[in-house]
Amino acid sequence: MTHDRPLLCVENLKVYFQSNGARAHAVDGISFEVREKETVCIVGESGCGKTVSALSILGLIPTPPGEIVDGQIIFSGQNLINLDEKAMQKIRGNHISMVFQEPLTSLNPVFTIGDQIGEAVRTHQQIDTEALFQYCVQLLNDVGIPSPKQRINDYPHQLSGGQRQRVMIAMALACDPDLIIADEPTTALDVTVQAQILALLRSIQKKRSMSVLYISHDLGVVSAIADRIYVMYAGIMVEQGNTDQIFRSARHPYTQGLLASLPSPSKRGKRLHSIPGTVPNPAYKPKGCPFHPRCRQKILSCQQEYPGMCDYGEGHLARCPVLFKPKGYPG
Amino acid sequence: MESKNKNNHSILRIEGLKKYFPIRRGFLQKIHGWVKAVDGVSFEIEQGKTMGLVGESGCGKTTVARLILKLLESDAGKIIFQGHDIRRFSEKEMKPYRKEIQIIFQDPFGSLNPRMTIGQSIEEGIRILGNKHATNRKERLETLLSMVGMSSDSSDRYPHEFSGGQRQRIGIARALSVEPSLIVCDEPVSALDVSIQAQIINLLKDLQDQLGLSYLFISHDLNVVGYLCNTISVMYKGHIMEFASSEDIFNHPHHPYTISLLSAIPDPDPDIKWHVKPSNGHIGDSDVVPEGCKYQDRCTIAETACLKDKMVFEKVRENHFVRCWKAAKNHGSSPD
Repeated sequence: MTHDRPLLCVENLKVYFQSNGARAHAVDGISFEVREKETVCIVGESGCGKTVSALSILGLIPTPPGEIVDGQIIFSGQNLINLDEKAMQKIRGNHISMVFQEPLTSLNPVFTIGDQIGEAVRTHQQIDTEALFQYCVQLLNDVGIPSPKQRINDYPHQLSGGQRQRVMIAMALACDPDLIIADEPTTALDVTVQAQILALLRSIQKKRSMSVLYISHDLGVVSAIADRIYVMYAGIMVEQGNTDQIFRSARHPYTQGLLASLPSPSKRGKRLHSIPGTVPNPAYKPKGCPFHPRCRQKILSCQQEYPGMCDYGEGHLARCPVLFKPKGYPG
Repeated sequence: MESKNKNNHSILRIEGLKKYFPIRRGFLQKIHGWVKAVDGVSFEIEQGKTMGLVGESGCGKTTVARLILKLLESDAGKIIFQGHDIRRFSEKEMKPYRKEIQIIFQDPFGSLNPRMTIGQSIEEGIRILGNKHATNRKERLETLLSMVGMSSDSSDRYPHEFSGGQRQRIGIARALSVEPSLIVCDEPVSALDVSIQAQIINLLKDLQDQLGLSYLFISHDLNVVGYLCNTISVMYKGHIMEFASSEDIFNHPHHPYTISLLSAIPDPDPDIKWHVKPSNGHIGDSDVVPEGCKYQDRCTIAETACLKDKMVFEKVRENHFVRCWKAAKNHGSSPD
């Protein structure tokens, strides 16, 4: 299903924010790639730098206070970090588009949804009004809005949360992008609507052979849609692998802890595992491994040395040398 | 519940609770119609047990919570708490019961007064309970803080100095300060991260074991509810659609709405392939309520009879009720 050619390749990306004297290392040297036709998920808790990574791909980091300090973002052979604003606008919405978490705040309340979907097309292509109207109706139809010819003149407040998110997806699809970045698109929705939106994303991706970079904190959603998963903690990638590797044989204590702390009816009566403590403030991260203050398996060196990536083979990497046993090692 | 056996161990029993909100329109603000937010809800919570109330946003879950706490005046029905119908109680009659029922809110940021220290917030409840000695109060405050896993030096700090999970602990300590017997938890873990969520769920469980508390646990997250609750009520557009033990809801759901809700949960177990059976449409505006079954427009098994007949809450087996005549019939039981 997936191709091996990387469409997007992020290398050693560092994004820092200046806040009240202290420098917050929001994203601290992450690398990941999205291949063609692939769904890649970035999972992590709030404040781990997921959204900042997504915004920096599109050049949407507010500067100041934010700053991309180091790294490169290679998309179809060009480094997006070096592009000027004009060149970036050609990519944004056209080749890479984004679906945000809160559809009500990301849609403009004083324009009809038709205007807003058409805007991206008008910006990037020469198209006459009638053709544009037909195209927008088609898009609304594709994302499952009933009677699109009438709804196209609706304003965002006339739609329900799920329908607004469908409109956001239609906007993202408008220019037939190669990559859609979806930042928690279903977090604000009810489970039944969430299931509809996920099914929609999946079918559209298949039909249009796009890549999707999906950002979420919900491990259930991630296991349902991901081809490959990156687990982020405090600005770094702690583990990466395919869905099976992450959910069946997680190697990093953080990933293991996250999975064990999910409540479910099958765990009734048993005590839930919980990770003690809280996520560190990105401006005052602990030295060494950023997870060590909450880790039950830490050793002395965790407090001093920044952990390296350990390779478990077949693309499964985890940043925990303590638990690492090379292949063939007994036990 | 029309046919439910009266249980002496119940701490709270709700019967036919109703709340309609007027829709006013026009210059004169004439009443144009009614939003039937809670339309004849009945359930029961046993002493020391947890009942989950689940449903999509807008189904009336939070309104039920506010009616029980008498933060909203209900229109009809009974709220029987420890044997007394408190629904029509005056503010004065209500006073001894106020401390018995407490609430924990969803948003730990909006529910603490930013100008009061944590100590002041929690101590307010202890003072109202009639504890006149400052030293006793201080002692009690320290016990409460340690019960919820906070250090006693945090009592002089302000809410903004704490993280979401810590604030939720403070909210719990404040609820406990008046020694309640029933706590209404309105989405207490929805705003928290996964690792913090587990800490709070464990804390709620520990406190229940220690203090013998009863919980009404309101949530849209079926995994949390399934883990924590003894019984579950599934709510849709102001009605309870299904009531059963947690095991029965998850293993033998009867109502088509419950079935569609359960199938929509993405399961983090890769062994279970996720089959989405999205129910049609979404929860609509409560003011356009169809005749007959309220779920008819999204139901996959609806028949013409569902469009007109009023659904009754039928018993399908011991302690399992469903508001769907088809589901009840299919499972071979007679309505009683």
